[in-house]
Amino acid sequence: MADKPRSFQEIILRLQTYWASKGCAILQPYDMEVGAGTFHPATTLRALGSKAWAAAYVQPSRRPTDGRYGENPNRLQHYYQYQVLIKPSPPDLQELYLGSLKAIGIDASLHDIRFVEDDWESPTLGAWGLGWEVWCDGMEVSQFTYFQQVGGYDCKPVSGELTYGLERLAMYILGVDHVMDMPFNDPQSPSPLTYRDVFKQTEEEYARWNFDVADTDILLQHFKDAEAECQRILEQPAEDPKTGKRIIMAHPAYDQCIKASHLFNLLDARGVISVTERQAYIGRVRTLAKACADAFVQTEAGGAAA
Amino acid sequence: MPDLLIELFSEEIPARMQTRAADDLKKLVTDGLVEAGLTYAGAAAFSTPRRLALSLDGLSAESKATREERKGPKVGAPDKAIDGFLRGAGVTREDLEIRDDKKGQVYFAVIEKPGRLAADIIAEVLEKTIRNFPWPKSMRWGDGPLKWVRPLHSIICILSDEAGAQVVPLDIDGITSGDSTRGHRFLAPDAFSVTGFDDYEAKLKRAHVILRADERAELIWHDATNQAFALGLEVVEDRGLLAEVAGLVEWPVVLLGQIADTFLGLPPEVLQTSMKEHQKFFSVRNPKTSRIERFVTVANMETADHGATILAGNQKVLFARLADAKFFWENDLRVAKAGMDPWLESLSNVTFHNKLGSQKDRIERIAALAREIAPAVGADPELAEQAARVAKADLSSEMVYEFPELQGLMGRYYATEAGLDASVAAACQEHYSPLGPSDDVPTAPVSVAVALADKIDTLTGFWAIDEKPTGSKDPFALRRAALGVIRLVLENSVSSKLLPVFQLTVLKHMARVRGSEYAMMADKAALALIEAGKQNEAARVFEALRAEAADTSDEEANKKLLAAMNAMAADLLSFFHDRLKVFLKDKGIRHDIIDACIAMPGNDDLTLLVKRAEALAETLATDDGENLIQGFKRANNILTQAEEKDGVEYSYGADIKFAEDDAEKALFAALDAADAKIAPAMAAEDFSTAMTAMAAIRPAVDAFFTDVQVNADSQVLRRNRLNLLSRIRNLCLSVADLTKIEG
Repeated sequence: MADKPRSFQEIILRLQTYWASKGCAILQPYDMEVGAGTFHPATTLRALGSKAWAAAYVQPSRRPTDGRYGENPNRLQHYYQYQVLIKPSPPDLQELYLGSLKAIGIDASLHDIRFVEDDWESPTLGAWGLGWEVWCDGMEVSQFTYFQQVGGYDCKPVSGELTYGLERLAMYILGVDHVMDMPFNDPQSPSPLTYRDVFKQTEEEYARWNFDVADTDILLQHFKDAEAECQRILEQPAEDPKTGKRIIMAHPAYDQCIKASHLFNLLDARGVISVTERQAYIGRVRTLAKACADAFVQTEAGGAAA
Repeated sequence: MPDLLIELFSEEIPARMQTRAADDLKKLVTDGLVEAGLTYAGAAAFSTPRRLALSLDGLSAESKATREERKGPKVGAPDKAIDGFLRGAGVTREDLEIRDDKKGQVYFAVIEKPGRLAADIIAEVLEKTIRNFPWPKSMRWGDGPLKWVRPLHSIICILSDEAGAQVVPLDIDGITSGDSTRGHRFLAPDAFSVTGFDDYEAKLKRAHVILRADERAELIWHDATNQAFALGLEVVEDRGLLAEVAGLVEWPVVLLGQIADTFLGLPPEVLQTSMKEHQKFFSVRNPKTSRIERFVTVANMETADHGATILAGNQKVLFARLADAKFFWENDLRVAKAGMDPWLESLSNVTFHNKLGSQKDRIERIAALAREIAPAVGADPELAEQAARVAKADLSSEMVYEFPELQGLMGRYYATEAGLDASVAAACQEHYSPLGPSDDVPTAPVSVAVALADKIDTLTGFWAIDEKPTGSKDPFALRRAALGVIRLVLENSVSSKLLPVFQLTVLKHMARVRGSEYAMMADKAALALIEAGKQNEAARVFEALRAEAADTSDEEANKKLLAAMNAMAADLLSFFHDRLKVFLKDKGIRHDIIDACIAMPGNDDLTLLVKRAEALAETLATDDGENLIQGFKRANNILTQAEEKDGVEYSYGADIKFAEDDAEKALFAALDAADAKIAPAMAAEDFSTAMTAMAAIRPAVDAFFTDVQVNADSQVLRRNRLNLLSRIRNLCLSVADLTKIEG
C-alpha cells in the first residue's frame, strides 16, 4: 500500500478497501442522476434518526453548468465523488480520514495537510453542518462535515460525512495536469485507457445537450410531474390496503425529490431560471426534501418503533 | 498563591474565531472566579488552530468566609412576611435570632458562608464557561449533547504552586480534565503532561506549536519579507490575511513561490484577489514595476525535502486557479472590446428589487439622471450618460461573477479596453464611492455625476416604495447612500437644487410601481418638471401630461399622485437634513445653527446651506454676533407682545423724522448701512459679508435698548419705534431664522 497508485480506478479501489477495513458497508452508486454524493439516500435519509450507520460508496455526480465539452483541465459536467457517512461520528474521525489519504499514497510527512473552515449548507435539502475543506498543499481534496440538520430535523446522533472529489484528488496523486490525460486503468495493462477514452465524447455530447438542446418546456413539465408525484406518494395512507402492512413510501417519494432537483439543475444550465425564480425553485425542492424526511423518520430505518 | 492553567483542545477552530474566543475564555473565567470571591494578579489567553489556553497567576487559594446580618420583620409579624424573609436570606426559622430594636423585638438572620477552595470554584466556573461559550456557530458531534465550535477532545485544568501541580477535577459529558495535551498534528502527535504555564509553552514549542498568535504572525511576516527582499521584491502588506494565516498554522513555515509567466499580464488586482481569496497567498511585488511576480504561502509543516513537494503542489493549484482567471479575463475582454452589449442585455434578467425592476431598468434611470445632473457638476452630459450606461456592465462579466469584490475596478479595465473615454472608465470604478465615512470622494465630474445619480436613484426608489430606514434597520444602506450624496455635493462644492431632482426620480419610480399606464405620462412629466425646475410648476406639467395621455385618467388621481410625489420628495429632503446635521455636528457645527439655516429658502441646495451655516457659526462665535442674538430676541419679544396686544403687524416702514433720541437716530443709520450691504451680499450668496454686516448693528441695537423707551406715551413715537424693531427683525431673519438659535 505504501507505493503510489497508478490509475484512477486504483485510487477508488484503495478507498473501498480502506473504508471496508474500517467497518463501513461498501454500497454501490445510487441509480439516479444526482448533483452530489450527499443526495444518495444512504446519506440524506440515513443521517436521520437514531440508528447507527456506516457506509461508503462512489457516486457519479452531474453538474450541468460545469460542462466544458471536455476541454477544461478540471471541470466536468459528470464526475465522481467518494462518500463516507458514519453515525454517530466517531471521536477519531479525523485520524480515520488521514489514514485514508495515506492509503491512496499521500504521505503526511511530505505534504501540508490542513483543515480549513468550511460550513456546509444545502438549501435544497434543508440541511447544514459544520466542518472543513481539507487542503493538501493548498488544494482542496475533501469536504469534512458534521451534519447538524437534515430535512429540517436536528441530527441526533450527529453523522460525520466525508466527500472526496475523486478526479481532482486522483489528478493530484497521479501528477496529471489535464483530467482527460489521467490513466483510468493501469497504464501497463494490455488495453490502457485514459479518462479521455472513457469520457471525452460523453462530455461533449452532454455539454451540447445541457446548454443548447434540452427542451425546457419538457424539463419544466417533468419538474412539475416529479413534484406532484412526490406529494401524491406521501399522501397515501401508511397502511397498504393490499398487504395490510404499514408501508410508508419514503424512498420512492425521495426519488421524485432527487429528480426534481436534477431537473432544476438542467433548467439552470439552460439559463431559463431568473435570479428571483431560482429561490422559488430551490424552495420547492426543499419542501419535497422536508416532506421525505418527515416520512422517513416514521419508518423503521428512520428510528421509529417497528 | 497558586497559578492556574487551562487548555481546551479541540479539532480545528476557524481562524476568524480564535482571537475573540481567547478573549471570551479569559473574560468568562476571570469574571466567574471574581464573582465567587477569588482574586488573581494577572491573566493571559492564547489561541492556536487546535487550542484555547488561559493562564492566571497569583490566584487566591480559597475564597474568604463571609458573614452577613439581615434585619427581618417584627416578632409576631404574619407568617407570610416571615417566610418571604427566610426565602430571601436562605435560612430556616430556627436560625433566626431575636433582638431588641427601638420598636420592639425583631428577627435577625445571620448568613454565614464558609470560604471555598479555589479548585471547587474553578471546576464550577470552567464547566459553566464551556457549556455557555459564545461561539458565533457551534455544533454537536457523536451522540452527546455538548456543543463546541468543533469536537472538543481534552481539557487541561491544573493549579500549580511551589509544592507542585494538581489537576482540578472536572468531567464534562465524559471529557475529564487532566494535565496532558498534544503537540503538532503531524510533527509531534504524542501526548505529554505539563506542570504549569511556562512548562506548557516551552513543551509546546518543542512539540512544534507556537502558542502565541502574534508570535506566529511576526515570524511569518519576518520570514516572508526577508525571502522577498533577497530577490529585490516586497510583500504586499495585508494585515487581515496575516492574522488569518497565523490562525491556520501552529508551526508556520514560509515558502516563496513562482507565478508562471503566462499570468503576469493579468491585472495585478486580479492576481492578488485570486491568490488571497482562494489560496490565502500573500502577493509579492516588484517595487520597480509594481507588478505581482511571486507569492508567499505559509505551510504548517516541516518536511525532509524542505517544502519542495508542498511548494510544487501549491504552484500547481495556483496555475489552475490563474488559468481560470485568465480564461475569464480573455472572455471578458472579447465582450468588452465588442461594446459590452451582451452584458447590458443580461442585466435585464437581474432583479434589483422586485418593486424597483431589473438592473437594466435601473441603469436606464441612472443614465437619464446622470445626464440631467451633469451640468450642475461640470460634466459633459453625453459622457455622463454613457458612463452611467456602462458603469454596471461588469456585474455580468465572468471575472466579477467569480470575484464580486472586483466590481467597478474590472469595469474600469473593460471600459478602457472598449476604447471609451478615460473619464467614463474612471466613473465605472469611482461611482460606488464614497462607501464609508473615511472613503475618498470622487472629484472627476463624470464620476461625480454617475455617483450622485446612482445613489439618488436608490434613495428615491426606496422612498417611493416606502422601504425607508427605521430605527436600527437599514437593510439597503440608505443612510450610507444619503451621506454619500452629502459628501459628494459638499466636497465638490456642487451648488444645485436637490428637490426637483428628487421629485423627478420619485415620480419615475412611482410610475414604475403603478404600472405602465403612468410610465409614458410620467416620463414626459418628469422631463418637463426638471426643465421647469420648480415644484409649483408641476401642476401645469401634469395638466399637459394628462392631455397627452391616450388613457384619460381622472383629475383626482393625478392630483393625488402629485401630492404623494411632493410629500415623498419633501420627506426625503428632511431625511437628508437629518443626516447633514449628524455630519456637521461631527465637524463642530451646532444643530440649532443648522436648524436656523434649514428654515431658510433654498435649503435643498446643500452647499449653500452649509455655507450659510458656517457663516452663521462664525458670526455667533464673535462678541457682536452673540450679543446681537440677545438684541434680536428682545426686539422680537417686544414686537410679538405688542402685535398680539394690538392685533396689528408692525411692518410698515419706520420713519426717521419721528426719531427723537440720538440712539434712535443712530439705529436708523446703522440699519440703513447694514441693509445696503446685506441685500447685495445675499444676492451674491456671500453669507459671510451679510452676517458681518448684520452683526455690525449690535452696538446701535444695544444703545437703543439702553437709552430708548419703546412703549412711549406718544402713540406716534411708540408705533414708529415698534416699526423700527420690525426692521431689526426683518434684517436678521433675511440672513437666517435666528428664532431657532438656543440660549
